[in-house]
Amino acid sequence: MDNTALKELLFKLADDALIIGHRHSEWIGIGPVIEEDIAFGSIAQDKVGQANNLYLLLENLGEVNPDRLAFFREEKDYKCCHFAELPTDAYDDNLVRHFLYTHSEALRYEMLVHSSYTPLADLAKKVSTEIKYHVFHADTWMKSLANGNEESKLRIQTSLNKLYPIAMGIFEAGDFEAALIADNIFEGEEALKAKYITKIGEIISSLNLSLPTAFDEKAGYGGRHGFHTDSFAALLKEMGEVIHTDPSAEW
Amino acid sequence: MILLRFVNYYLYTLMITEDKVWEALAEVMDPEIPVISVLDLGIIPEIKVNGENLVVIMTPTFSGCPALHFMQNDIKKKVAAKLGIDETLIDVQIDRSRKWTTNLISEKGRELLKNFGLTPPHKIKNNLDVADIADAACPHCGSTNTSMRSAFGSTLCRAMHYCYDCKQAFEQFKAL
Repeated sequence: MDNTALKELLFKLADDALIIGHRHSEWIGIGPVIEEDIAFGSIAQDKVGQANNLYLLLENLGEVNPDRLAFFREEKDYKCCHFAELPTDAYDDNLVRHFLYTHSEALRYEMLVHSSYTPLADLAKKVSTEIKYHVFHADTWMKSLANGNEESKLRIQTSLNKLYPIAMGIFEAGDFEAALIADNIFEGEEALKAKYITKIGEIISSLNLSLPTAFDEKAGYGGRHGFHTDSFAALLKEMGEVIHTDPSAEW
Repeated sequence: MILLRFVNYYLYTLMITEDKVWEALAEVMDPEIPVISVLDLGIIPEIKVNGENLVVIMTPTFSGCPALHFMQNDIKKKVAAKLGIDETLIDVQIDRSRKWTTNLISEKGRELLKNFGLTPPHKIKNNLDVADIADAACPHCGSTNTSMRSAFGSTLCRAMHYCYDCKQAFEQFKAL
């Protein structure tokens, strides 16, 4: 069986998890309160663990081991979306990115539970449950800040206006969508995006916030084809800094 | 004849039986919660005894749990020591196709967690709803006058709560 389409999907899932996990880990020690340090540290640990399990599926399909896949590929070989790699300097942006991103993953893994590729379906069951805690955390803070004071509401709304268009890049189709759909491996980005827009729309209107309407749908496109933002090379360098000092070291 | 009996008895003590393996596993503790064994944690779904070779199947818990490979080695070492056999005869296999859930923690295990100061996980009915786990009984005084402070805690498997009666924080083993 030709695994090209399946591998492309697994790379996309694994790279997204690894890179957003790394971005979350950047908030350890600088969160606004200690509970947020711990929350983002824990979510990062979940995401990197999930990435490891996804890379293991790729290893079983003939790729190199998870450490090599995580740290020793060229920038263009990573298939993560721009939205996952986006650096966040302010906590409001970080929270809104986490909220917009984690809901997409919750829906994605709920779909993947039904994948015809059994190892992925098995993994998706576990990942789906773990993500529920991430969603709960994101929703709790979004609710608190949307119902906080004028400033907190304005800041969340400003972040939403800025980040929602880039979030659409999560659903940039890869080159093998038709094959994945035909083989019942994954229902496809278009179906996922439709569910996502409904879900996010419901939550945002329940919080009396709004989503931007006129924007470039493709503002966050490129990642699924290996084209990344300027900050991505720096991220890879920092993430691999320790392992690259001695690639043969035993961990 | 008496000598033959001794030889038989000696051979019996050398033989690996399933019962002996389960007994040995009951004494291998979780590294982060050292009062609960891997058996009470529910992560050993199956063992296979084949002559003098032993296969122990274990299921991973949380995806990012850093203790997975430590536990794999620990099971191998401790079971070998208990049974008095060479480690090379034991293969501890991680089976990712079986889903572990906190519902598999035994009743005894739940009691041990509570005595350790960790509220046992809520039992998941059909689907986990995190909002349901927000109210946890305090493991120290049993009060339900508590609130969840964070779904994340000192390890991946713990959430932080506060007891208004004890006026102090406590942790709960998260349902998964």
